[in-house]
Amino acid sequence: MTTELTKLSLTDTVKGLKNKDFTSKEVTASYLYAIEKAQSLNAYVAVTADQALDMAEKSDERLAKGEGGALEGVPLGIKDLFCTKGVHSQAASHILDGFKPEYESTVTQNLWNDGAVMLGKLNMDEFAMGSSNETSYYGPVINPWRAEDGNKDLVPGGSSGGSASAVAGWLCAGATATDTGGSIRQPAAFTGTVGIKPTYGRCSRWGVVAFASSLDQAGPIARTVEDCAHLMTSMAGFDPKDSTSVDLAVPDFAAAVERGVKGLTIGVPKEYRVEGMPEEIEKLWHQGLEWLKAEGATIKDISLPHTKYALPAYYIVAPAEASSNLARYDGVKYGLRVPGKDITDMYEQTRAEGFGREVQRRVLIGTYALSAGYYDAYYLRAQKVRTLIKKDFEDVFNDGVDAILTPATPSAAFGVADKDMATDPIKMYLNDIFTVTVNMAGLPGIAVPAGKDGQGLPLGLQLIGKPFDEETLFAAGRVIEKAHGEDFTPKQWW
Amino acid sequence: MSVDADTVRRIGRLARIKIEENDVEKLQGELNVILGFVDQLSEVDVSGVEPMTSVAPMALRRREDQITDGGYPEKIVANAPLSEDDFFMVPKVVE
Repeated sequence: MTTELTKLSLTDTVKGLKNKDFTSKEVTASYLYAIEKAQSLNAYVAVTADQALDMAEKSDERLAKGEGGALEGVPLGIKDLFCTKGVHSQAASHILDGFKPEYESTVTQNLWNDGAVMLGKLNMDEFAMGSSNETSYYGPVINPWRAEDGNKDLVPGGSSGGSASAVAGWLCAGATATDTGGSIRQPAAFTGTVGIKPTYGRCSRWGVVAFASSLDQAGPIARTVEDCAHLMTSMAGFDPKDSTSVDLAVPDFAAAVERGVKGLTIGVPKEYRVEGMPEEIEKLWHQGLEWLKAEGATIKDISLPHTKYALPAYYIVAPAEASSNLARYDGVKYGLRVPGKDITDMYEQTRAEGFGREVQRRVLIGTYALSAGYYDAYYLRAQKVRTLIKKDFEDVFNDGVDAILTPATPSAAFGVADKDMATDPIKMYLNDIFTVTVNMAGLPGIAVPAGKDGQGLPLGLQLIGKPFDEETLFAAGRVIEKAHGEDFTPKQWW
Repeated sequence: MSVDADTVRRIGRLARIKIEENDVEKLQGELNVILGFVDQLSEVDVSGVEPMTSVAPMALRRREDQITDGGYPEKIVANAPLSEDDFFMVPKVVE
C-alpha cells in the first residue's frame, strides 16, 4: 500500500476519479492506510473503515457509469461535532459516552448526497471550546508541522484541530469543521491549510452539536482555496430544519476562485495592529497587501473602533449560550450517567465527571452572567456591544470596502502543554483576537496560508467579507495563494 | 465585578455541576480572571444602543404548528443510559 493518492488536492482527486485514473476504493484505502500510520497525530477519534470502503464501492459503481455527484468518491474527515447516523458523535466529550445518533446532520447529508465518502470522526476541543485542541477527552491533537530546528510537539490550534491536522497530514482530502470564535481559521493558519467560516446562516446548524447558537457556523478546511470552494458549495444551502438558515441560492463557489481582485477595495483596520504582535506577522500582513495591490486592488486604511471589545463580549455571549445549550446533558437522555443519592445529585455528579475543566468553567461563567441581577450588567451589555461591532463593519462596507485583510492569528503554532497558556485562560483566549469579531458580526472569513515564521512554521492571513459574499473571499484568497511561493507541505515525521 | 466563594458554590448548584469544596478557591480564581477581562465592557458607551437579537437582518421564520415527525419512541430512548418500555428512567423524584 502506498499513500501517493493522499498527496493529491481534493480538486485533483475529483478529476482523477472522473477520468478513471484511479478508483474511489483505491484512494479511500490509501487514506485509511495513512490514518493507520499516523496515530501519533491523534487526529481521528473514530475511523469508519468498513463504512468508508462500502461508500467508496458505491461511488465506483456510479463513476463507472459516468454518473455521480460533485464530490463522488472523495474521502473526507468529519469533525466529531457533526451528528452522523449510527457513528461516534461525542463532541470529543466524556459526557456523550457511547452516543450514536439516530439521524444525520444536514451538512454531512449534503456531502453524502454529492457522493463524498466518510473516513471517520475527527478530534476537536471538547464541545468546540478551546484554541489548542487540548481540551478533548481523547487527548491533544498534534500538528504535523514542527519547527525547523526542533522536534517538539506543537498544537494544531482549535477547536477544529483534528480537521486541520488531518488535512495538513494527508489523512483526508478535506474536512468539515465549525467556527464559533475562530475554530476553523486559527487551526487552518497553524497548519498551513485553508479554512473558511461562511456567513452566519449559510450552512445549516441542524444536527451539529450546539455550542453558542448565535455564533456557530460550519465550514470546510482543505489544502487549497479551490478545494475549500468545492466543499463549501456542497455543505451550504437552505434547510427548513434550522430556523436561522438563510433561504438563498448557493453559488458555485469554485467558479469565483480565479476571478481576481482587480477593482476591489481592500480595507486595512488599524485596530488589528496589536501590541506585542511579532514583527514577522506585521511584515506578512504588509506583504499580503502588496500582493493584492499588484493584482489591481486598491488598499484603504479603515477603522473598526470596537475591535478590542469583541473578545470580552464574546466571553459573555458564548458561555451564556453554552450554559443554556449544555443544560441538555443531564445523564438521562444520552451519554454518561453517574449515580447519585437523588436526581439532583445524579445531575451534578454526571456533569462534574462528564464535562472537562474548560467546559465547566464556561458553563459556570455563562450561568453567572445569566443569573438574576447580573443579566443586564453582563449579557445585555455584551449584546449591545455586539451591535456596535457589527455597525463598525457595516460602516466600512457602506464606505466602499469590498473585503478586509488582517493577520489570522497573533502567532504561529505553540507547543503542546504550553505553561503560559495553561496558567492563564486569557492568554489562550487571545488566540482568537483577530477571528472573533467576524463571528460577533456574522460575517464570512477565510484563513489562507501566506508565509512562514523564523522557525519555518506556517502563518496565515485572514480576509473578512460582506454578508453572503464568500465569492470575493475565495477570489482574494486565491491571489494570496498564488503569490506566496511557499511550499505548505509539512515534512513527514510521523 | 468578581465572585466570592459562596457565589461559586451557588452558580455550581444553578449549573448542576458538583463543585468539590477543595476546588472552590481555585475555581473562584479562574472565574475572576475571566470576569476581570470582560470588565472592559463597562468602558463602552452603550446608551441608546439596541442589543443584538439576530446577526443576519432577517425575521425569524415561522412554520405551521403541525406534527411533522415522530412515532419512533424506541429511537428517542435508544441512547439513554437507562430506559424501560420506551421511557427514560430517573431516580425517584416524588416521595
